[in-house]
Amino acid sequence: MNNWQNFTKGFLKENPTFVLLLGMCPTLAVTTSAINGLGMGLATAFVLTLSNLAISLVANLIPDKIRIPGFIVIIAAFVTVVDMCMAAYIPSLHAALGVFIPLIVVNCIVLGRAEAFASKNKAIPSMLDGLGIGLGFTMALTLLGGIRELLGSGKIFNLPVYSDNYGMLAFVLAPGAFIVLGYLIALINHLRKTN
Amino acid sequence: MEYVFIFITAVFVNNIVLAQFLGICPFLGVSKSVPTALGMTGAVTFVMVLSTLVTFIVQKTVLDPLNIGFMQTITFILIIAALVQMVEIILKKVSPALYQALGVFLPLITTNCTVLGVAIMVIQKDYNLLESIVFAASTAIGYGLALTIFAGIREQLALTSIPAGMKGTPIALITAGLLAMAFMGFSGMV
Repeated sequence: MNNWQNFTKGFLKENPTFVLLLGMCPTLAVTTSAINGLGMGLATAFVLTLSNLAISLVANLIPDKIRIPGFIVIIAAFVTVVDMCMAAYIPSLHAALGVFIPLIVVNCIVLGRAEAFASKNKAIPSMLDGLGIGLGFTMALTLLGGIRELLGSGKIFNLPVYSDNYGMLAFVLAPGAFIVLGYLIALINHLRKTN
Repeated sequence: MEYVFIFITAVFVNNIVLAQFLGICPFLGVSKSVPTALGMTGAVTFVMVLSTLVTFIVQKTVLDPLNIGFMQTITFILIIAALVQMVEIILKKVSPALYQALGVFLPLITTNCTVLGVAIMVIQKDYNLLESIVFAASTAIGYGLALTIFAGIREQLALTSIPAGMKGTPIALITAGLLAMAFMGFSGMV
């Protein structure tokens, strides 16, 4: 598999949200608007890229038995970096995402890629894999956030599309997250089967 | 009285799965039958209360006095991972029967974001030790409630005919959405 394929497979073929069904908690929780989805996606992509890079470099030095705790510490370090940078430079987004920023540590996408890809591959392919999967995750979150924001409050990226008097509040609240994601995955399953 | 409020809020109003979206992966993964759901609930309750107790004490006696709050994420995840390992080893030795029942679920719990989530939330909400323990236990009960109801529905769902594209995860998510809507009925309670 060449580098280009490593990079692009995360967009559609192995999209973490729609195909692999990983990282469901942040996907559902923070996608109340397109901006929040985009922010969370980019934060995860940043952690994923750098942790994949770091883990691919040190994987041979970590004894096999303690590799999972080792990986988690590396991931947690990058998550702390993201957490502190966001608190300093974009406090409003940091407040909106809340507890889900530190919870990137237990996002199964990050540990999943570390275990399945970065621990067995060289630095550059691992970094591209992390970036590709991260951007695939970002696209999925932005799409989901955009749909929920449009149906719930009549806006996309805070730009009004129609009067928010006609917005369906349920789509911004918890039930909407489950239902929109359910239909999106059903649609993608259907498209993959008919192709 | 305030402990009753914490309990009702954590179980019904701010249900950890259906209102706060933590622990969705096991919620969708191990909810295919009621006995499995109950086993997972037992394991989660045990680990969640224990880890909240330990992380709370570490936060107040180590992280706060040394002023190294930024180490919170790393410290907590290591404590939880170590604790899960320890519980597994002790349980295997002390109570093989309980280990048989909970064993398969224990390794899954390290990556269950509810445990880390609750540990961080009690610090953010500035609870005292007893409130934290009540909060952790109630959250675990709320988790068990959601998981068991959902498992019951999915047992029925397995017997109905569903359009091909909707099978599996999509229909489970839509069911969870309807369940979340039902739980929204509690939102005016506290």
